[in-house]
Amino acid sequence: MTRKTSLPPTKLSRRHFLATSAAAAAGATLFTPKGLRAQDFPTAAVNTTGLAVTDTEVTVGILHSVTGTMAISETGSVQAEKLAIEQINAQGGVLGRKIKFVQEDGASDWPTFAEKAKKLLVDDKVASVMGCWTSASRKAVLPVFEQYNGMLYYPTFYEGLEQSPNVIYTGQEATQQIIAGLDWVTQTKGAKTFYLLGSDYIWPRTSNKIARKHIEKLGLEVVGEEYYPLGHTQFNSVINKIKLKKPDVIYAIVVGGSNVAFYKQLKAAGIDMTKEKPLLLTISVTEDEIRGIGGENIEGAYACMKYFQSLKNPNNEAFVKAFKEMWGEDMVIGDVTQAAYLGPWLWKAAVEKAGSFDIDKIKEASPGIELTTAPEGYVKIHENHHLWSRTRVGRALADGQYEVVFETADLVEPNPFPEGYQ
Amino acid sequence: MTMTSPATSAALTKAAPPRQGAFLDRTETMGAIALAVLIFVILPLALDPFRLNLFGKYLTYAFVAVGLVLCWGAGGILSLGQGVFFGLGGYALAMFLKLEASSPENTAIQSTPGIPDFMDWNQITELPFWWQPFHSLTFSILAVIAVPAFFAFVIGTAMFRRRVGGVYFSIITQAIAAILTILIIGQQGFTGGVNGITDLRTMKGWDIRSDEAKTILYFVNGGLLFACLALAQFVRRSKLGRILIAMRDREDRVRFSGYDVASFKIFVFCLGAAFAAIGGAMFTVQVGFMSPSFVGIVPSIEMVIFCAVGGRNSILGAVWGTLLVNWAKTLFSEAFPELWQLGLGALFIAVVLIFPDGLAGLWKTHVNPRIERLFPRRTTPTVPAE
Amino acid sequence: MFADYSGSELLSIFAMQGFAGLILFSVFVLMALGLAIIFGQMGVINMAHGEFMILGAYVTYLVSRAFEAWAPGLFGAYFFVAMILAFFVSGGLGMAVEWLLIRRLYKRPLDTLLATWGLSLILQQIYRMVFGAREVGVTIPEWMMGSLVLSDMIEVPINGLFVMALAVGISAGVYILMYRSRWGLQVRAVVANRTMADAVGINTERTDRMTFAIGCGVAGVAGAAFTMIGSTGPTAGQLYIVDTFLVVVFGGAGSLIGTIASAFSISQAQSILEFFLSGSMAKVLTLLAVVGILMVRPQGLFALKLRK
Repeated sequence: MTRKTSLPPTKLSRRHFLATSAAAAAGATLFTPKGLRAQDFPTAAVNTTGLAVTDTEVTVGILHSVTGTMAISETGSVQAEKLAIEQINAQGGVLGRKIKFVQEDGASDWPTFAEKAKKLLVDDKVASVMGCWTSASRKAVLPVFEQYNGMLYYPTFYEGLEQSPNVIYTGQEATQQIIAGLDWVTQTKGAKTFYLLGSDYIWPRTSNKIARKHIEKLGLEVVGEEYYPLGHTQFNSVINKIKLKKPDVIYAIVVGGSNVAFYKQLKAAGIDMTKEKPLLLTISVTEDEIRGIGGENIEGAYACMKYFQSLKNPNNEAFVKAFKEMWGEDMVIGDVTQAAYLGPWLWKAAVEKAGSFDIDKIKEASPGIELTTAPEGYVKIHENHHLWSRTRVGRALADGQYEVVFETADLVEPNPFPEGYQ
Repeated sequence: MTMTSPATSAALTKAAPPRQGAFLDRTETMGAIALAVLIFVILPLALDPFRLNLFGKYLTYAFVAVGLVLCWGAGGILSLGQGVFFGLGGYALAMFLKLEASSPENTAIQSTPGIPDFMDWNQITELPFWWQPFHSLTFSILAVIAVPAFFAFVIGTAMFRRRVGGVYFSIITQAIAAILTILIIGQQGFTGGVNGITDLRTMKGWDIRSDEAKTILYFVNGGLLFACLALAQFVRRSKLGRILIAMRDREDRVRFSGYDVASFKIFVFCLGAAFAAIGGAMFTVQVGFMSPSFVGIVPSIEMVIFCAVGGRNSILGAVWGTLLVNWAKTLFSEAFPELWQLGLGALFIAVVLIFPDGLAGLWKTHVNPRIERLFPRRTTPTVPAE
Repeated sequence: MFADYSGSELLSIFAMQGFAGLILFSVFVLMALGLAIIFGQMGVINMAHGEFMILGAYVTYLVSRAFEAWAPGLFGAYFFVAMILAFFVSGGLGMAVEWLLIRRLYKRPLDTLLATWGLSLILQQIYRMVFGAREVGVTIPEWMMGSLVLSDMIEVPINGLFVMALAVGISAGVYILMYRSRWGLQVRAVVANRTMADAVGINTERTDRMTFAIGCGVAGVAGAAFTMIGSTGPTAGQLYIVDTFLVVVFGGAGSLIGTIASAFSISQAQSILEFFLSGSMAKVLTLLAVVGILMVRPQGLFALKLRK
């Protein structure tokens, strides 16, 4: 599946191979292609900084909340990461070593994330960490990763304004996700007025800021902007304001439990999204969230992100099938889950390109890595450690899936510090 | 003690009214020495810098627990909003550290260099006036204690003068915690929002992230904790402490005896707030960030639990309880990430149902008698037995 | 901000906003009634109140799945079955909790707070293990999700009407139970003077248990109703706890009328403020006002006069 990404070993490792372990290599299993056997990469050579890498195993960390309020969202990421690790192991692992994982619970609490991240890096000496979901948890662990030089694969679409050499952002940053969607809705739906709505924290606020700038650049109008505390469950007042302002588009970035309340109350208040008057465009509702909201309550809304479970391509079909086999037929896969799935694969590709588990070499090797086997299609790591990816618009169906109605022709360049949008 | 009739006050007998005389009785001396040995000798020798830093973090919660023993155990005022003071103290120091980390050189890529990054992200182009004084370390350290204590004074005055007490006080403090959390999250341009104030690096040029700095901070933290313990013990031994206990058990009688009940309550509540604030500041500097998740209801209640597990009447017990619960939480959540919450919940119930006086109570009823039997007191009582 | 709108638009929007306030009021009443019984009458601080509500929501989820599988023809009516079941399941759990836990703690109200907090952690984890960490989607019968169109601006959500009707119904039920039944007389007697009540032959233990069970049962029904407007997940109960306690305390513990009056004033204040300010600030100002008033009038709006 990742043949394309398993680049031949670099000169460094080949030299080591010739020098040290010719005899061992001769006795290697014949089934593993040459260049991927553990013997080709002596531990002393591929792990110069004392990470948890042995001749047969390499340890990585999984750091998500499995308890607390965020467990609702993060469960899918954990499942996807475990699936990717299992698949990689089935193919022979990374540099001939099986991946073993240590899972820690961030407990939806940012200091706990920092503590556990430190534990993974300092005590367990993991070679990389797949983890975090909210921006707050990432901000909490970031100094830890920079100080102890670890590698974090962060799956969530987020607000941008960050670029750390120690993080690979496998989700989209805000401009990637927002601008294409707004262009689409103005061009194909003729939208002129927008009502921005969000939960009250950094991601919705920054995203709406970018959205507002872009809307104003297009010469269109924002007629309202509003934030509600996380966990708020009563949206009737804002629904009334929306009815009064009659915007063409409700641009909603509501998250968590509030989502369910918002969409149920929107529907009950007689705003039928299938009529698209107003049209609802969101960047925060994936298939995962729809399970809680109920497909019938959000039918007709549009979501703008990079991945939908219904994407038709062989990579995705294989991924969906494998995911359901591992975690159950009734599972759904959202954008973040898919991005989390990319984490272990991108790390594997970086290790193989670098021919080493050393963090510094992985950092250096990461830009330019491409993955043709990603369920979302071809992706590539940018110099700024974000992914080039396509942005798509999906229309929510009653069965809880999205039907893809638009996708950008080219990969969208990640731009975490967008000029003119700050 | 004179105004409290022992017959009417079952709780009082449990609380063991402090005797006149020595600053610490024998049990307390042993407990204090054991704690000092643990904190200053055993832990630093046995743990690597990472685990030591973790224990340093736990010890910052112990400040709150000690404050709670004074308010709740001695004064009968259960505050479910101690997180507010912990947070305010932590934020006061975090603001100073953030300003230092946001020097114009460090923040050159921002559209307005020299202000904290989160302000820049929120299109704030100038440091708000109330951030200005936090350029000064002296001011910040004063603010760490003064701001939460003043806040506690305002809350305490408003409530205790109106004789709000017991459960009502608890619920109102809880609401205050909720309000402050929403406010901090909502004003993210000025406060860092839900992310908090992160990425703190140096204090007057001293890198607080290095292992050496963390070890030093751990000892500073331990020293401050013992200073607070001594102060708390002093209060408990003083006449004030005895009035507090009398108030807890029979508030009306104390009032009828001519004491100004509200003032005593306000004082002890402010003291508890100040302790919590010191803990918050030490947390910030040791962990490297402060976030609104400490201000909310859940951490505030957890801190009450630490205190209850240790024994709500024992200041040393509170420290032991804090260390034990947190250590168990870390260990348990590393071993069974999906189950630790069950254990924690069961612990709360067990503490309340089975050993309401916590570890200190267990020690008193089970361990101490044995020690007494093994090592009978050498000093004879001053009053000869009949 | 009103300059751009015609008079009729403004009129309809105020009508709508008033209605939103009424829905919020009903939600508050439903949340708080169970707690008003438990906290107001018994003095028990039940921090697991939200978890009892979510139990009702999960029962509704299970019933909806059962109807989907075995009686799809009757799906439109499953909600009523669910609410009744939710009452008994939550009430049954409440009874067990009272017997195992609460009855040992009546003399220590602050300790019930800690114990029930522990209980809420355990319940959350159990929900997570049984139903998964994700939210479950409760399918609401189609007829309940629509709205009545009165004019092109004024649309009345049917589930809002349903919640309002339920709030009225349950308030009336609780009122009759407390003030018009023999059982209610006993409860009030126990609240007023436990020793005397015991002396005149009231089984105070049984009264306590039933009171707690009914309070939890009402929470369960509220939880069932909230599946129409909110989310159902292991930690969703936490969202309600502060509001609920404030409503009860603000109303004056022990007074049902007080609870209703306080729910009304808080909901109207919040709903009006939300229209003029952002949601976050509206919430902060409402809570501040409530806390401020409580400081001036700590006994709440309607205090029950009791001789201690």
